[in-house]
Amino acid sequence: MVERTPFLNLFTHLILFVGFVFCVAPFVVVAIAASHNLRDVNDVPMSLLPGSDFWVNIKTAWVTAGLGPKLLNSFIVAGGVAAGKVIISALTAFSIVYFRFPGRMFIFWLIFVTLMLPLEVRIVPTYAVVANVLSPYQAIFDVIGLSWLIEKVSGVQVSLSLGLLNSYPGLILPLVATATGTFLYRQFFLTVPDELTEAARMDGAGPLRFFIDVLLPLSRNNMAALGTIMFLWAWNQYLWPLLITTDQSHAMAVTELKQLIPNVGGTPEWHIAMAGTLIVMLPPLLVVVLMQRWIVRGLIATEK
Amino acid sequence: MASITIRGVKKNYAKTQVVHGVDLDFASGEFVVILGPSGCGKSTLLRMIAGLEDISGGTIAIDGTVVNRLEPRERGCAMVFQNYALYPHMSVAQNIGYSLKVAGVPSAERTQRIQAVARTLELEHLLDRKPMALSGGQRQRVAMGRAMIREPKVFLFDEPLSNLDAKLRVQMRSEIRKLHRRLNATSVFVTHDQVEAMTLADRLVVMNGGRVEQVGTPAEVYSRPASRFVATFVGAPAMNILEGTVELDGLSLLGGSRHLTMTRAGLPVGTKVAMGIRPEAVRLVAPNTAGALKATVDLVEELGAGRVIYVDLDGAPFSVMTSEAIHPEPGSPVGLKFSPEDMHFFSPETGSRLDVFKASVPEPAL
Repeated sequence: MVERTPFLNLFTHLILFVGFVFCVAPFVVVAIAASHNLRDVNDVPMSLLPGSDFWVNIKTAWVTAGLGPKLLNSFIVAGGVAAGKVIISALTAFSIVYFRFPGRMFIFWLIFVTLMLPLEVRIVPTYAVVANVLSPYQAIFDVIGLSWLIEKVSGVQVSLSLGLLNSYPGLILPLVATATGTFLYRQFFLTVPDELTEAARMDGAGPLRFFIDVLLPLSRNNMAALGTIMFLWAWNQYLWPLLITTDQSHAMAVTELKQLIPNVGGTPEWHIAMAGTLIVMLPPLLVVVLMQRWIVRGLIATEK
Repeated sequence: MASITIRGVKKNYAKTQVVHGVDLDFASGEFVVILGPSGCGKSTLLRMIAGLEDISGGTIAIDGTVVNRLEPRERGCAMVFQNYALYPHMSVAQNIGYSLKVAGVPSAERTQRIQAVARTLELEHLLDRKPMALSGGQRQRVAMGRAMIREPKVFLFDEPLSNLDAKLRVQMRSEIRKLHRRLNATSVFVTHDQVEAMTLADRLVVMNGGRVEQVGTPAEVYSRPASRFVATFVGAPAMNILEGTVELDGLSLLGGSRHLTMTRAGLPVGTKVAMGIRPEAVRLVAPNTAGALKATVDLVEELGAGRVIYVDLDGAPFSVMTSEAIHPEPGSPVGLKFSPEDMHFFSPETGSRLDVFKASVPEPAL
């Protein structure tokens, strides 16, 4: 629907502007707060004119929270999660769409059901597994009596242990499984014409060849969209990194922001906290700006 | 160069059977066209030859080797699809050369062969383009190039011209024919367009409802249709069919309201028949001519080179095609005349051909 009347134009712009203000105002306040000194930031009400200490505060925040290595950690984890999700979901959707195996739809729905079980719901068992990846196998061995047998025969006590706490795999792997991505890819693969698959078969390409040579290049936009969204999602993860990183060397930027937030009774250094927030917000913002063209293409219908 | 032998081939989708036991033999180097209305199983048959569909029963052999269990790539067939099915992200050169790349042909040889194919199809200046930037005819040629480059034993065409406009279709038709003459590979071409079928085919296979109705040269199929279905499906406008009964001195038509005097009725008196006569075999004469059927003109369709005159024969529709410069007014009475040699007889129950004049009609020379 395209209407062109001056009144409607004005009205729509007004709505647009209100929405814009709602979205942007908090960020503006954060940026202004980050530019004040300790006294000004604690004024009530806080002055909405920018102060002059912006770069000083940024530097203080960077040093106090040790943001350099934390940002690197965040990049590694968010990048790893995004890449992992793209690969896993593309492969899963490929097998679901292109192969006829028994229980195919059952498995698809099983994956779909995990949407109802986000990490927060299963965080305790997930923690247990990550603390010792092999514990489920140990449990199985114990139940079927295999550990008992091995102990009797060889005298060795079976105790499988592989801990992933305070490690990148531990941070990344539990976040990688994705029903949303699988679904997105499935929908995309369903739009790829059957004749293309058949042409590839006639050309002698096997399934993997077809996947790599035809499907992956065709799904570039989807990959970019999914990757970006998942990168942001992983970047903003809080609970999981907080839970499994007891060691500073693997802490992520978002969780480390809490170090900048004043404790009760401490100095109310909100300007530093806001400066740190700005720093941590910047990388995802850049990613979105760079990738927005791809995101839009990947999420709307296929290109002609 | 390969012969194809099809024996008792069936196809079921779940409980529905779509191909009911087809037996066919295609000679090496032959251009065979499978013609039929949509849903007659012609594409399914082609796809079974290609290996894109499982064969539910019977065997298909290429060059004497049964290929039922072979993957498409092992059968030595190349296929041109209706929607071209070009890889949208690859350039024309990559599209054409993809099968060689998969086969592990070194890049130098690949380039050389792509060039050779592109030259044949006049695609040289388009090699760097993406399929999106090509016209329909060019896409079609790329699809053919992709099939050609593998030097296949068998070419399969699945209605490759149906997405082109009329002019381009005629042009591509003759190009396909020329190509076949040069490569001389066994070709199987599926279409529902009878003009395409008649012009391209060395041999025509007419299919209906998952069964083969007739196999023969285009001329044979036209002049001696094996069934009522073939008679009405091949030829435009369609053959006129009138129900009637054989009498001593000829035929009683349209429930006895019309009588056609014929001296050579070769069927037993009382036989119910469906008499067919092609519109182009009917002459328009004055309404009171002796031995002519009287009818009323309904509609005249001008074709330029000739015209189709639709007449009403006691409620039964009937068409006449003539190249004479006659323009009867709608509503005016006319007489229809045709010779017994041009009449075809079919069983009203089974639709199969009743050979009345078998002895008197010479077999068409092959």
